[in-house]
Amino acid sequence: MAMAEPEGGPKESFRPAMLIYDTRYRAITIQVLVLAGVVALIGWLVNNTLHNLEILGKPLGFGFLTEPASYDINQRLIEYNSRDTHLRAAFVGLLNTLLVAAAGCVLATLIGLFVGVLRLSKNWLVARLMTVYVEGFRNVPVLLWILLTMAILIDTAPRPAAFRKGEASMLFDAVAITNRGIYIPEPVFSRSLGNIHLFGDSSLRFDVSLDLLAILAALVAGIVASIFVRRWADRVQEETGDRPTTWHIRTALVVVPPVLVLWALGFHLVPPELKGFNFKGGIHLRNSFIALWLALSLYTAAFIAEIVRAGIQSVPKGQTEAALALGFSGGQTMRLVILPQALRVIIPPLISQYLNLTKNSSLAIAVGYMDITGTLGGITLNQTGRELESIMLLMLVYLAISLSISSVMNWYNKRVKLKER
Amino acid sequence: MKKTIILGAIAAAGLGATVASAGTLDDVKARGYLQCGVTTGLVGFAAPDANGEWHGFDADFCRAVAAAIFGDPNKVKFTPTTGKTRFTALASGEVDMLARNTTWTFTRDVDLKFTFAGVNYYDGQGFMVRKDLGVSSAKELNGATVCIQTGTTTELNLADYFRSNGMEYEPVPIETNAEARQQFLAGACDVYTTDRSGLAATRATFENPDDYVILPETISKEPLGPLSRHGDEQWSDLIRWTLNALISAEELGITSANIDELRKGTNNPEINRILGTEGNLGAMLGLDKDWAYNAIKAVGNYGELFDKYLKPIGLDRGLNAQWKNGGLIYSPPFR
Amino acid sequence: MAETTYVRTEMLPPKPPPPSQTGVVGWMRENLFDGWKNTLLTLVALYVVYALLSAALPWFLHAVWDADSLNECREVIKASWGPEADGACFAVIRDRWHQMLYGFYPQELYWRPNLAFVLMLVALSPVLFPNLPRRMLLFSLVYPFLGYWLLWGGTMWAPVSWALGFVLGYFAFVIVNDRGGTILAAIAAVIVPLLWWFFGAGPFADLVQSLIPISLTDVESRQFGGFMLSVTIGITGIVGSLPLGIILALGRQSNLLMVKSLSVGFIEFIRGVPLITLLFVASTLLNIFMPPGTNFDIILRVVIMVTLFSAAYVAEVVRGGLAALPKGQYEAAAALGLDYWKSMRLVILPQALKIAIPGIVSTFIGLFKDTTLVSIIGLMDPIGLTNAIRANAEWQGIIWELYGFVALVFWIFCFSMSRYSMYLESRLETGHR
Repeated sequence: MAMAEPEGGPKESFRPAMLIYDTRYRAITIQVLVLAGVVALIGWLVNNTLHNLEILGKPLGFGFLTEPASYDINQRLIEYNSRDTHLRAAFVGLLNTLLVAAAGCVLATLIGLFVGVLRLSKNWLVARLMTVYVEGFRNVPVLLWILLTMAILIDTAPRPAAFRKGEASMLFDAVAITNRGIYIPEPVFSRSLGNIHLFGDSSLRFDVSLDLLAILAALVAGIVASIFVRRWADRVQEETGDRPTTWHIRTALVVVPPVLVLWALGFHLVPPELKGFNFKGGIHLRNSFIALWLALSLYTAAFIAEIVRAGIQSVPKGQTEAALALGFSGGQTMRLVILPQALRVIIPPLISQYLNLTKNSSLAIAVGYMDITGTLGGITLNQTGRELESIMLLMLVYLAISLSISSVMNWYNKRVKLKER
Repeated sequence: MKKTIILGAIAAAGLGATVASAGTLDDVKARGYLQCGVTTGLVGFAAPDANGEWHGFDADFCRAVAAAIFGDPNKVKFTPTTGKTRFTALASGEVDMLARNTTWTFTRDVDLKFTFAGVNYYDGQGFMVRKDLGVSSAKELNGATVCIQTGTTTELNLADYFRSNGMEYEPVPIETNAEARQQFLAGACDVYTTDRSGLAATRATFENPDDYVILPETISKEPLGPLSRHGDEQWSDLIRWTLNALISAEELGITSANIDELRKGTNNPEINRILGTEGNLGAMLGLDKDWAYNAIKAVGNYGELFDKYLKPIGLDRGLNAQWKNGGLIYSPPFR
Repeated sequence: MAETTYVRTEMLPPKPPPPSQTGVVGWMRENLFDGWKNTLLTLVALYVVYALLSAALPWFLHAVWDADSLNECREVIKASWGPEADGACFAVIRDRWHQMLYGFYPQELYWRPNLAFVLMLVALSPVLFPNLPRRMLLFSLVYPFLGYWLLWGGTMWAPVSWALGFVLGYFAFVIVNDRGGTILAAIAAVIVPLLWWFFGAGPFADLVQSLIPISLTDVESRQFGGFMLSVTIGITGIVGSLPLGIILALGRQSNLLMVKSLSVGFIEFIRGVPLITLLFVASTLLNIFMPPGTNFDIILRVVIMVTLFSAAYVAEVVRGGLAALPKGQYEAAAALGLDYWKSMRLVILPQALKIAIPGIVSTFIGLFKDTTLVSIIGLMDPIGLTNAIRANAEWQGIIWELYGFVALVFWIFCFSMSRYSMYLESRLETGHR
């Protein structure tokens, strides 16, 4: 706009018509008009809403969040019972959303990578099979996949009673696959350090396991040490030309400290046991979780496979040939030449697939997985009748998750761009 | 922008938009049909058939109300609602009434501002298990996996029941009865809990119903009934007395078969008042004097409805017998 | 000098490849059993195919197509294939075929959605296949009104009078543009149709209807269902979102801070929340946002939310198209002295939209698949209908047949559209090099 300013022209006095005809002021006019329109629209909607709520006798308020929820949630990552508040129920739901989203992203990436590479395979049968998988999965609504996976899990796996009668048995005496979900051994620390309680008695309170922190700390320390060893090896190589063999030291540095900590804490696995109606002990991966997780992963993986394929194909063949001509080995070519270039193409759409997966996890409601849509936007909404407040909160939560994922993407894009020159 | 403006115009041109005036009855009459909210599908209570016709105990009650207003039971349009959308559909005026096995509770009546016209089915929450589990009482269900429909009062009752008895359980929340049936039959849950009527209806359709038992405990009172919005007494009176007319008809022996005979005149003044041959109760409701005649003629009396839809799915009258037969079905007098 | 005793003057003909390199065997060696890794892969793949087929084939082969209930199906299967046999009961699809396609639409009026669908393909074809005569675009402009009339029925003059609003807007723009300039003209082009729609359209339609009555039987939205509902919501959503999406994309690129931040805010908000929450808004909140007592049809509310939803995605696709244009095009348009709207209309948008079409088609595929979410708020789309059908005494307990059928139909729709989009992409790519 500043460029449009005439430099030495005769001073004009301001006339109202200039608001429309003069490009300098027109921009302001338009913006004021647009703003006025939007403000009027929002004001109208808010006014209607308040009026309607008054008629319905439900004034806007979030007081219901502190009332007891009085319903139970099967899968809870933090301690919760039916006397806890609606807010805590929503928090439990949020953690479940994050859990299935994170697990889904990991699995989808693995499958997608695998399928994407195999689609380029020279093996005719395998390549065709992968094409069938990709086209089959991405052209059918994900909701249908979730429902179908759930139906398969329920109808094909044995019921717990079959284990009692000996018609089914546990894998390695440790894993029980039932039509109520999969029970896997639970890690237990016999000399546990206990937990830290955060946020006192509030609805957001949660425990952090000190055992887990200790293991993490050991792991990080090992990795840091290993990096120091690598730097030392680099220095030696620069000075003498010979690179000392360090892989065994570095592996040991990463592996040994956590193992020591595990031993010190008395780590052991407790397998599930059939007691009464169900398996007890162990970790219970519920059907609803597995169905949602698998279906979302398989569906998203079909898209990721295409992204990976496109990424690998985007690197010109000359790059491979040049790398081979320089004497790189096959693995080195992939690691040092192809992947860094392919990743630049792969990662942005990959992250937006993560975003889609996270949003699609809201379909949990179809199989009764208690994510935030199931708790805050489902049972809480139903039982309290607070539609406006619940849905607004729900949207805000999803918006916060999405914005944080996309800010990671923007950060990555910026980083990649800088290198580009 | 083009299309959204069209949509706005559709709304404005009154094709979809209606601005409610003071009385629901006037709106319904002006519109020419009744809008009735039902379930998205529950055996015996309301489900669409291959031609898209809704049938069932609740659906026919809607027809009775339509017949009372218009003299034509077909002047009703059914809106399927889920547990989540039912109350907003009613509150926003999308439907004129709900006949969707909804439990009459304090908060729904007082806080959510609805008026229950009465109780057309006395229900209670029960448990169904496989016989071979060897369970004979709900008190033995500690640690069981329980299938439960979400968005209903049942999940609150369940939480309270297990908590007060110091037992643990694993809830498996489910959206529809069809899914619950699937999970329960496959053994993905040990127990299915919902209203006893629903349990019996579901059990009746199993391949081997005898392999399953409904436990004796009833852990809650679930009076189900049609409801309308607060604040329109004329309208809620109409629904209430249509229900009462169906109930009284059974008590007095009026059926869809003999009603024409009885309308010629009887010695029982109450029958005459209901059928409009004596006095003018209909006018007090803002309807014809034939209103109750039309309703009963269209769908039959309460007992006929029950026999037509609920008996085949294995429900007996129990609490829903007439008060004279030891049940709770009791209509105030038509006087 | 040594004598050259033998010089070959012509090339030897190539020897035939060894038998192991040609024919079926050679092909298999090269493509399936090339090295142990490849052989292993092939064997694993073969096993997967075998496992899938052995599970599914008997089920398909034992299928029953003619029965009135699931129990009847089971009896037929047991009678013909033995008591242990398991088979599909496709009789349910035969029984509910019309319902799955049309929902509760009156049977005698099925020709209307059919005709609307065929005409829709005609209306879309000039947009999708640029070789067709441009004049067909006129029909595409008329189609939304025609399609609405065919599906919902009622008087023909209602859609005609709405269409008239656009005509009026156009004339208002032309007339004011001559006298008072673009901005006033734009304002007039918005206000005149609005006034017409709010005050003139209804009475006008009634008046003409009373003079020349032409009307079809009314069909209500609640009678819509099955795949017809999915297609209606999907198509209306994407068509409605196109203009909105283009405006948002332009807004996002605008130099005007206010316009830009509003566009960005809207796009990021919509893209940041799952569609299901927007559908919750449609089913439970939209009426609360309107003046008290207003109440409009659930399908209309869903279409509004779906339109807003896909507009944000279309905006991003169009933005991609705008960004892909070389900067020279903008500069050239400016150098020719075209103002903003003219340069957009004549130079930038035609090129950007051409680039964006494959993206728009993928957005549409996504949207079409997402229409299944309306089953969660109780609409009778194909998935909603599967629940309703399973709530009938005859078909209680049926699962795979219905889900499989719905999945197959969606697959056919989406797969053919994605092929089309790939065809477009390849064509565009050659156009650009």
